Amino acid sequence: MDGPVVTMDVRHVGDAVAVVDIKGEVTSACEPILMSAYEEAGGQGTSRLVLNFIGLEYMNSGGIGMLVTLLVRANRQRQKLAAYGLSDHYREIFELTRLDEAITIYDNEASALVGVAT
Amino acid sequence: MAEPARPEAAGPERVTSAEQIEVSVREAQSDVVPRDTGRWAAKVDRLEVEQRAGMRGTNVAGRRLTGPVQGFGKMWQKTYRMTVGDTVTPEAAIATWKAHFPELWPKGNRFAGALTGISPGDVALLDLAIGGGVKLSTGVFVLYADDDSFTLMTPQGHMFAGWITFSAERTESATAVQAQVLMRANDPLYEVAMTFGGHRKEDQFWAQTLTALGEKLGVPGTEVQTRTVCVDSKRQWRNAGNIWHNSMVRSVLQTLAAPFTARRRRAQRAD
Repeated sequence: MDGPVVTMDVRHVGDAVAVVDIKGEVTSACEPILMSAYEEAGGQGTSRLVLNFIGLEYMNSGGIGMLVTLLVRANRQRQKLAAYGLSDHYREIFELTRLDEAITIYDNEASALVGVAT
Repeated sequence: MAEPARPEAAGPERVTSAEQIEVSVREAQSDVVPRDTGRWAAKVDRLEVEQRAGMRGTNVAGRRLTGPVQGFGKMWQKTYRMTVGDTVTPEAAIATWKAHFPELWPKGNRFAGALTGISPGDVALLDLAIGGGVKLSTGVFVLYADDDSFTLMTPQGHMFAGWITFSAERTESATAVQAQVLMRANDPLYEVAMTFGGHRKEDQFWAQTLTALGEKLGVPGTEVQTRTVCVDSKRQWRNAGNIWHNSMVRSVLQTLAAPFTARRRRAQRAD
């Protein structure tokens, strides 16, 4: 079996915001990588988490399910979750699955950082 | 000693603002066709469906889709899994599952899909046996489909808000097939029903379906393993109003009203 083809790098922006740069394929197989990135992002008292999807190349329904479980974890910690960098195709998928009602989508990192701060 | 490299002068033509980069990225993204294009359904706001022979077909048209975010009850991830040997490929297992999906359901339950089979964007009508001679009429939407998986999403009024992914994968020794449900009961009434027997009934439903698939694939009597995880124990009370769309209540009312509805239709035709 092939392993997941994805990297998720965490950047801390300021005291309470972390950005996760997602590059590659988002499927249920990359759940351990996302959760590990989440732990890394949340380990320093992060209250706002921004997912950067500019490098997203592929996503299946398992990937969307994984984002829902991430959302639950973030809500449990009272963390705000936002996303940016989605192409029109993936933005439509967020809207179709109605995930956009819980994860606010922004056009770019600057607006996402402002959005989660308010 | 070498002179340190001097930064290039940043004239107006060399300045690239964050906004310009963003525009370039979006333009580049719009040129790239993602590999999953065609596997996802196109965006819909409300479901549209044609009537199908022998199905009541109510509680689907005009409904919105509901994911786990829109549901009410605790969030569960339930996985029903079995291995089907090493001679069946994942693609063959999913092709068989798609082709025979309605036949594999336990007796008393009906799935009427589109003529195209199971393709992204299709809407299927369901009549589910809930006891007492009452059929719960609802539907599902094909959210995603590829060669080794497909996902169905539920509309408002369905027992649960969420999706079911049917998939197959090659493990080291065999092909494994599974149905995985990510769901919340759609409203407080369904939450009570799921707690008092609904989850058990659902577990039996999918175990029987997988067993029937195993028989179809030539591996009868394969054990189905069930794994249940409570992803979120909190109920989303802000969604309690979903009860307005409850297809179980509406199906009971539609069953009770059926004789009067039929009489009215006959009278209208006679006029």
